[in-house]
Amino acid sequence: MSIHVRFFASLRESLDIDTVTLHADANDTVDSVWHRATDGATRPNNTLCAINMEYVNAKQAVSDGDEVAFFPPVTGG
Amino acid sequence: MIQIRTEKIDPWKEIQRYQNSLNIQGKFGATAVFVGSMRDMNEGEQVSAMTLEHYPGMTDKYLHKITQEAHQQWPLLDSLILHRVGDVYPDDTIVVVAVWSTHRADAFTACRSLMEQLKSEAPFWKKEQLSNGSRWVEKNTPG
Repeated sequence: MSIHVRFFASLRESLDIDTVTLHADANDTVDSVWHRATDGATRPNNTLCAINMEYVNAKQAVSDGDEVAFFPPVTGG
Repeated sequence: MIQIRTEKIDPWKEIQRYQNSLNIQGKFGATAVFVGSMRDMNEGEQVSAMTLEHYPGMTDKYLHKITQEAHQQWPLLDSLILHRVGDVYPDDTIVVVAVWSTHRADAFTACRSLMEQLKSEAPFWKKEQLSNGSRWVEKNTPG
């Protein structure tokens, strides 16, 4: 099993990463998934995080099979 | 009903068509409508086009959640949210929120609330085309 990581909008462009699949590690959090998926890039302070399409904070634990997403503040409507 | 679509939206036709499809004839005394359109100017620069990106799945999930909450909070008869994605041009409709209720207070309040929640949390992003390149819109203006 694995963790599916997605990036959107300006974050996808600045990192030049669309999706990444990682092996699930015990004790993974949103923070550690970001670190592994981006090779340690600095995460902008205003980055929003989601697990399985629900907003979470960066300390949230990530489980095997989860989809983790990172994106900038939303600007729809 | 909630729809995210790449095709152009004619808000008034869509609202009329949807209203005609509902079984609430004779029941609603109020319809509140918000229509958001693309402007040709932002932050002092001419904008010729815009690309709307979204997080498929999460946008639907989030819009269903706020709709369900609005229906729990106010006695609404029905509601409609349409949102455009892909390439849009000045005057194109970006978003439609319409709410039907018995009395106006619930329709006004619920429509405003749905729109503000959509603006602040639904995962859509705008990229503007300018004469000298493109830029991501960094934040929405306060409601």
